[in-house]
Amino acid sequence: MDSILELKHISYSYHTPEGETRALSDISFSLNNGEFLAIVGPSGCGKSTLLSIICGLLDPEKGFIKLNGHYHQSADNLIGYMLQHDHLFEWRTIYENVILGLEIQHKFPGLTEKEKCRANELLKAYGLDKFQKARPSELSGGMRQRAALIRTLLMEPKVLLLDEPFSALDYQTRLNVADDIGQILRREKRTAILVTHDLSEAISLADRIIILSKRPASIQETIRIKFDLENDTPMLRRNAPEFKNYFNLIWKELNENE
Amino acid sequence: MNEMSSEQLRFLNQRKKHKRIVRVSRIAILLSFLFIWEFTANVGIIDSFIFSSPSKIALCFWNMVLNRTIFLHVGVTLYETIVSFLLVTFFSLLIAVLLWFSDKCSEILDPYLVVLNSLPKSALAPLLIVWLGATKTTIIVAGMSVAIFGSILSLYTSFSTVDPEELQLIYTLHGNRAHALTKVVLPSSVPSIISTMKINIGLCLVGVVIGEFLAAKNGLGYLIIYSSQVFKLDWLLMSICLLCIMAIGLYAVIGLFERKFQR
Repeated sequence: MDSILELKHISYSYHTPEGETRALSDISFSLNNGEFLAIVGPSGCGKSTLLSIICGLLDPEKGFIKLNGHYHQSADNLIGYMLQHDHLFEWRTIYENVILGLEIQHKFPGLTEKEKCRANELLKAYGLDKFQKARPSELSGGMRQRAALIRTLLMEPKVLLLDEPFSALDYQTRLNVADDIGQILRREKRTAILVTHDLSEAISLADRIIILSKRPASIQETIRIKFDLENDTPMLRRNAPEFKNYFNLIWKELNENE
Repeated sequence: MNEMSSEQLRFLNQRKKHKRIVRVSRIAILLSFLFIWEFTANVGIIDSFIFSSPSKIALCFWNMVLNRTIFLHVGVTLYETIVSFLLVTFFSLLIAVLLWFSDKCSEILDPYLVVLNSLPKSALAPLLIVWLGATKTTIIVAGMSVAIFGSILSLYTSFSTVDPEELQLIYTLHGNRAHALTKVVLPSSVPSIISTMKINIGLCLVGVVIGEFLAAKNGLGYLIIYSSQVFKLDWLLMSICLLCIMAIGLYAVIGLFERKFQR
């Protein structure tokens, strides 16, 4: 399999007047095309820092990242990042919100016909075409999350980074949205990295799970997730017998940390 | 929804009644104040030479309308206030944006802005007259000096308290700081820009009147100072009333602007 993203010996520290906090220490892994990777670990272990480095918002102090075989540059459009909160802007309609990224890419306002078409297609595919002119506050939490996903997908990223994208939702919505978005990503064979502290979310969505240790985070264990399901959806995974085994396995790994 | 329960009807009636009481009381206070003033002045309880009376003020106003001098005075004050308000709005937005762009710059300049903001600006007016002469420019600058520093500070505060995650979003979409400014910072600061404008319009009027006290040949501030020196209390109180009306009017214009922006 061809790897699309490669991290080698990534280290990072935060500096404050009070001292230095090592966040990441010597992290290396690679990601195959179409693979869904989940990263779990204790809270505050540096998961989000890792995503920021992959996205190019932060530069690693040591190590390097290769994207499609080339050294990664921060101006790269190949990586899409979905944050914890949807941050849809109330002063924009849903349509205007989803094209925000495209607007930023253009030096002058005005999208090409092709891009407008694609925006409309995605809105339709995700059931938001009737809400194009609506304001974000008129949408449910799940719909807002879909809109945020469209905003990221319109940038045509090769790799999608998801930073606890469902954690701001209430429990029931969260299960539905995670399943919903998980299915979309799987259907479209998106390459994605999901950061979460919710084990069941990780197991129900991922092909592979990386467990990070406490700070400074390093890779403690990598677990391949394989379900023997004909129709592999997050909801069915939750009900499959393997689910509990994976859960216990990862739970144990995480608690060895303590 | 056409059948309303009796409880709902009672609630709506009570609400209507409450609103009517508020409105009637407000008007009643104004009318009784004017009536007592007029009455006591007429029967000689208060000296109408010093305290004037509503009818004398109205008459004085009417005479000045007839000889057209009032339009000059009101026009000049209004013009100076609006010009200084527009300049304050423009420059404080510009400077606040520049400060937002450079953290270093804003940190360096912070103590200066705080000192300039807390300085009583009326102390600057005589200086401005010496530097700029007794002209309209001086008065406009005096009007600006009262509002601009506070305006810069509050706009900058509003710019720099934008949710950092919202800025992060722009960067994850591969935007730069200019994008962050135009797509997030400015649109999300519209409410505080407008409330700063509401404060500024009042402050500019204060500054302009201070300027006119010292360096004008016309305008309501000039009229107030002049009439106090020649003991024309009708003029003085009329000017104060006109300033009140002007302040309400200018505030209302910005209120309209605000409603338009909120759609």
